[in-house]
Amino acid sequence: MKHDIQLMVNGDTYSLAIDPCRTLNQVLREDLNLTGTKLGCGSGDCGACTVIVDGRSVSSCLTLAVEVDGKEIMTVEGLAPSGEELHPIQEAFVEKGAIQCGFCTPGMELSAYHLLSKNPTPTEKEIREGLSGNLCRCTGYNKIVEAISVSADRMNRKPSKRKSR
Amino acid sequence: MKRSGFDYYAPETIQEAVNLLADLGKNAFVMAGGTDLLIKKRHGMIFPDAVVALKNIKGLDRISVGPKKGLSIGATALLADVAAHSGIRNKYPAISDAAKNTANVQIRNMGTVVGNLCNASPSADNAPALLALGATLSITGPQGERTLALEDFFIGPGLTVLEPAEIVTGVTVPPLLPNSGTAYVHLSARGKVDCSAVCVGAHVELKGRKVDNVRLFVGACAPIPMRTPRAEKTMIQKVFTNKLAEKAGETASQEALPITDVRATMDYRNSMVAVMTKRALLLAHKRAM
Repeated sequence: MKHDIQLMVNGDTYSLAIDPCRTLNQVLREDLNLTGTKLGCGSGDCGACTVIVDGRSVSSCLTLAVEVDGKEIMTVEGLAPSGEELHPIQEAFVEKGAIQCGFCTPGMELSAYHLLSKNPTPTEKEIREGLSGNLCRCTGYNKIVEAISVSADRMNRKPSKRKSR
Repeated sequence: MKRSGFDYYAPETIQEAVNLLADLGKNAFVMAGGTDLLIKKRHGMIFPDAVVALKNIKGLDRISVGPKKGLSIGATALLADVAAHSGIRNKYPAISDAAKNTANVQIRNMGTVVGNLCNASPSADNAPALLALGATLSITGPQGERTLALEDFFIGPGLTVLEPAEIVTGVTVPPLLPNSGTAYVHLSARGKVDCSAVCVGAHVELKGRKVDNVRLFVGACAPIPMRTPRAEKTMIQKVFTNKLAEKAGETASQEALPITDVRATMDYRNSMVAVMTKRALLLAHKRAM
């Protein structure tokens, strides 16, 4: 039996009738065409599918869409404040070259977003712990950690930018 | 995979959830965070016809710490919330350490402590710490409510004594005596996110300098999280010293029954049971002082 659900994704409300066995990852990618969220391992190990649900980072591959009925979801498409402007985390990723193949980037950025929302001044160790659920198959971790550290500094200097979403 | 679809129910009371499970039969599964259940389904280990989610049951995510009642953690309380709870960190650091060491950030934002217990993995991070503290489970089923010592809960990898349609609604830890300390230590290949190769929970009660009572549990080294009673016995009514902790560790290593698997070899695990038991004891003792 299909279930009627409402998802608030990046500020937009979607009413959907979905099969309960479908994951949030499938619904985002296949029904809403929000393909910025990736599917990697499908078992919660790699973090490529990370999205924010009600302010917390979760693996969308292990979340049933029916379970997040009525919740607020942010995907990488909703991270930038506008079509012209990047989020400070994204800016720092570009600047520091924290992107190689790019497959892990959406998940990394959302894990960084979750970390910085809980802890705006993380140490390097805390950044690495915050990213412990995200794997980079190109192994470019150092630049990612550097980019998050730079974006944390900038977001703290410009408090207005922190409320970009 | 035989079939991929399932029906989904999100009842608002425990009784409703129990009734649903009883009506739906053995291919209906309880879901808290879903992080183990959905992986098992994906790997073809289970074929659920129905999933009964607990998330709409009000108050089931409650965490409370009090001087008289001790600690209680509801079935849907998230690992992340248990790990970050200041009351737990102050009074029961072994429990917040275990929750913090479970899986990764995202899984801790979805998964629950009680779910980790009910999944009954021999390497479940939260089991040794809660076992060492003498935790009790609250269970509701078709016959009503009952409590069960966590020590009597596990019977094998993925197996528990839960009867059909029974639900674990929470786990409770008794208040600690003033001169007692607890610790959880673990070891895994990658250090942060992977399953523990060896984990130990320890609880030490002191009377003066002597060990009045001690509970030691080892995870990932037997089909269930196992107690090491001979190691405990070596310490009772003796003055706590590094040497005594080391001796208890060596005894625990003789008691453990590890196997070789992807996470570690049997020999390595045996050696590490000694080391980790000693470390857990030293930390628990420090906290008891």
